[in-house]
Amino acid sequence: MSLPSDLATLTVAAAQDALRAGELSSVELTQGILDAIRAKNDALGAYLTVDAEGALRVAADADRRRKNGEDHDLLGIPIAIKDLINVTGQPCTCASKILQGYVAPYDATVIAHLREAGAVPCGRVNMDEFAMGASTEHSAYQITRNPAAPDRVPGGSSGGSACAVAGELALASLGTDTGGSIRQPASFCGCVGLKPSYGRVSRYGVTAFASSLDQVGPLTKTVEDAAILLRTIAGADPHDQTCLDRPVPDYRAAARAGSLRGVKIGVPREYFVEGTDPEVMAQVRHGIALAEKAGAEIHEISLPHTEYAIAVYYICATAEASANLARFDGIRYGYREVGPEPSIQSLYDLSRTHGFGPEVKRRILLGTYVLSSGYYDAYYNRALKARTLVRRDFLEAFRHVDAIFCPASPTPAFPLNSTVNNPLQAYLCDAFTIPANLAGICGISIPCGRTATLNLPVGLQILAPAFAEERLLSIAAACERELAS
Amino acid sequence: MNANASASDIDVARICELAHFCLSEEERDRFQKELEPIVAYVRKLTELDLDGVEPTKFGQPVSNVLREDIVEPSLAHDTVLANAPDADENEFRMPKIVE
Repeated sequence: MSLPSDLATLTVAAAQDALRAGELSSVELTQGILDAIRAKNDALGAYLTVDAEGALRVAADADRRRKNGEDHDLLGIPIAIKDLINVTGQPCTCASKILQGYVAPYDATVIAHLREAGAVPCGRVNMDEFAMGASTEHSAYQITRNPAAPDRVPGGSSGGSACAVAGELALASLGTDTGGSIRQPASFCGCVGLKPSYGRVSRYGVTAFASSLDQVGPLTKTVEDAAILLRTIAGADPHDQTCLDRPVPDYRAAARAGSLRGVKIGVPREYFVEGTDPEVMAQVRHGIALAEKAGAEIHEISLPHTEYAIAVYYICATAEASANLARFDGIRYGYREVGPEPSIQSLYDLSRTHGFGPEVKRRILLGTYVLSSGYYDAYYNRALKARTLVRRDFLEAFRHVDAIFCPASPTPAFPLNSTVNNPLQAYLCDAFTIPANLAGICGISIPCGRTATLNLPVGLQILAPAFAEERLLSIAAACERELAS
Repeated sequence: MNANASASDIDVARICELAHFCLSEEERDRFQKELEPIVAYVRKLTELDLDGVEPTKFGQPVSNVLREDIVEPSLAHDTVLANAPDADENEFRMPKIVE
């Protein structure tokens, strides 16, 4: 195989083929990624920090491991890490001022899995502060641009992850998805983004936003690469009792065997309505038509409680966030401010007020409100019950179909600075991704052409039942092939 | 949902106290204006008949997950204190709490 001059353009699978064939060392590959970052990061803003020396050291170790006979699909492969996943010795700021200077003292379980495989964590990528946002504009440090349209947002909250992969500053990346934060940026930038089922991947060492919704997942150039990463990071963890003890199948084999023949695909009418950009709808309909041509059966279905999902989410997620972020108090780590008359009260109040950005404060306030005495039943308990209805919609749908096809986002990437002053408007953008998190099911966004007028990437979202990632990846890989031909 | 509650009931000063934020009056007004339409929006859930519906509290149905209680090494003092904004030997320093 002849290698490209820019190694960052490779897929994980192709890079691994070259490593195995001895055409390339991990040190050379990692240096290639570092060169790509140096050349492009100033313009795109994907990475917050890069530990070049540390990455090259891990890469050299991977090369030694290979010489000693080790092999793994990720051995020697550099991977960009969202800045809320702890990697020992590296900053973990969650793109927040409150964690400026914080250095992770331990590895998240997903990082421990990557290290065991021999992957190279090569840098920290930008995000919305504490993963709260859909544009990466809520980072306390920098904006990130969409590589497909630099005057537009990359989506969020894993905007740095999507930008790094689609902009070819990384082979692959890890992100997190609480209400769409992997799938939406993948769709905006034109790469693959996989949100595993709740409980598939450990959350230990991943700064919590909403613990009943958060999942770690890969952003990659191909479905096969997503399968490789998922297989490595999935599985039970004694440090996270919500991470379920289920077998981890060979997801890569599932992706390679991908087929659409006889697959029953549900198309929910609630996702093809006014408010969904007609050009996005046209691309997704085209993807569905290709799937049908490849042997899939298409059925119109209904997910009747879709319209309530955003309300449920913004109650449940903010309630959980307000509790999770109570730990940032300026005592044990992070930003501290005591004021002219030091007291424990002024320390808490000033550290939190000046450490958190406006979007995080807004969500903590909303979460505190819905949990406060007198409102708890009216908002929080009601939302938990409505969440059951959203979940039941999917259980019912999956009695009749194998997977659901819909847009990942109602719109393509929007211009920078267009939603920051209208929080409610920004929240409504998550309409198509939130339901999967509420239901705990798995979903993926794959590139599905571009809009006719502005040539912006469109993401086809495929949803499958909880723990049906094998099926999801098989269907997604088959669609990817159809869309490429 | 409480029929008497409306979005303008949000007492931002009280919520700030609970959330440990000290905001200026101007900032509180801004959050009030931003939160009102959001709260009005989420009140959409009052349309649903939820009598007898079980709440979903977790991402997957779970029961208690137990493991052996084995003592494992924890982080070293100096590793943890390296991230402390103010530390003294093996302690976090903070303002006086008790007079």
